[in-house]
Amino acid sequence: MATSTPTSASEIAKAVSSGRLSASEVIEATLARIVQHDPVLNAFTDVTADRARAKAREVDAAIEAGKNAGPLAGVPFAVKNLFDVKGISTRAGSKINRDLPPASRDATLIERLERAGAVLVGALNMGEYAYDFTGENVHDGPSRNPHDPTRMTGGSSGGSGSAVGGALVPVALGSDTNGSIRVPASFCGIFGLKPTYGRLSRARSFPFVASLDHVGPFARSVRDLALAYDTMQGPDADDAACTARAVEPTAPLLAENIGGLRIALAGGWFQTNLFPEAVEAVARVAKALGAARVIDIPEAERARAAAYVITTTEGASLHLDRLRKRPNDFDPAVRDRLIAGAMVPATLVDRAQKFRRWYRTKLLEIFKSVDLLIAAATPCVAPKLGQVNFVLDGVEMPVRANIGIHTQPISFVGLPVVAVPVPLEPMPIGVQLIAPPWREDIALRAAYALERMGAVATLSPRGL
Amino acid sequence: MAADSLDDYIASVAKALNLTIEDSWRSAVRANLEVSLRMAKLVDEFPLPDETEPASVFRA
Repeated sequence: MATSTPTSASEIAKAVSSGRLSASEVIEATLARIVQHDPVLNAFTDVTADRARAKAREVDAAIEAGKNAGPLAGVPFAVKNLFDVKGISTRAGSKINRDLPPASRDATLIERLERAGAVLVGALNMGEYAYDFTGENVHDGPSRNPHDPTRMTGGSSGGSGSAVGGALVPVALGSDTNGSIRVPASFCGIFGLKPTYGRLSRARSFPFVASLDHVGPFARSVRDLALAYDTMQGPDADDAACTARAVEPTAPLLAENIGGLRIALAGGWFQTNLFPEAVEAVARVAKALGAARVIDIPEAERARAAAYVITTTEGASLHLDRLRKRPNDFDPAVRDRLIAGAMVPATLVDRAQKFRRWYRTKLLEIFKSVDLLIAAATPCVAPKLGQVNFVLDGVEMPVRANIGIHTQPISFVGLPVVAVPVPLEPMPIGVQLIAPPWREDIALRAAYALERMGAVATLSPRGL
Repeated sequence: MAADSLDDYIASVAKALNLTIEDSWRSAVRANLEVSLRMAKLVDEFPLPDETEPASVFRA
């Protein structure tokens, strides 16, 4: 954005609502920044400039008429390209879906953000069919890390991480089945919220693993994250898994004292397979929050394995017909994993879903004695684009399958998590703040406190 | 599963599901299935009470 235009959603909304800045000026500055930097970042697959200009004019007209334009008046945002955008085929990172007819209606979350005055400026690059932790895409090219364009953004919401990390937009939406919000937030040095499973509506977004899919926002500050999240909450009959709970606003609670919170480090599996930078980031966050207690999370490795099994089999079921009819139009790496997933016996999948219930019970017991758990978001900072292997705890492992080893056991049971960026040099890395189900407010309050202390922060993009 | 029997299993399931696996993909599919089965084994080895309900979500 131009130097005179704020980069924070809450500041933009304040400036636009008060008439100091018009929504049209904000959107022109945003579109100019996209034109300038997206050739490097490759975050956008679609820029909806005409639509954005029309919406901005609508917001400006409302303000001129003395109406309340909403808490996100004039705030530009973009969405992972698995969200339906009216008039665009929802590609979900694939080649195959480009043949779908254009979406006839926006996704629920886009409708809710625009109702609050926000302005959609485009759709964002992602790993094919969300089966990805890298942010690379064989059809559209990789999204690139805003702090070092030779590195991965993380996936599968890679374009979302790149667009917010690169300050092209203050807010973006992504999805998280096994870590696809938390991983790009970590690699791109921004805040990401994966809410409780079922909290935010997935209606009119392209699915991956129905029993594990979550959607949520990315932002450059905790206040912006909470603002976007609060706007999107609420029941939705169009998503069978969406909660009937009423909206539970978090923004008004951010500054509440966190002194009474019982905060602990996740132990066991969560303290293994870490590069020194991840150890350092977790230690900094724990110190800032005064957390010294370590709680072992039982069977987390098995939870990760069960999440893997459910993902590969439900994903295979979703794509079975496309695997039959158009196998050569998939990213080969995705296709071969999905075909293998189709071959896992159903009995083993059922056992994974039963284990999930067992593990959920154990975690709920843990949350009787603790309010917040701290764990690494990724084992390392962003690897180089195309990097195939890394060495974890002395063992060479494939990067692609192991970036999410610390996120998978958490989303497996749908716990809400805020990924917070620790500004290490030369690359940032994220830490997960994990709360009990339906207590996003706790994780957001802790994130806000850390931000105010300076322990976590979104930096200006260093690669632009 | 022994090497040959896993290849036979892949061929049989592919036929049952009407999936085509070209020769050039076969080793990658097999490698992925080995990982999936290793993960599934880890889950399978964990004793669960008979009464355990699965956690997949459905609301009528």
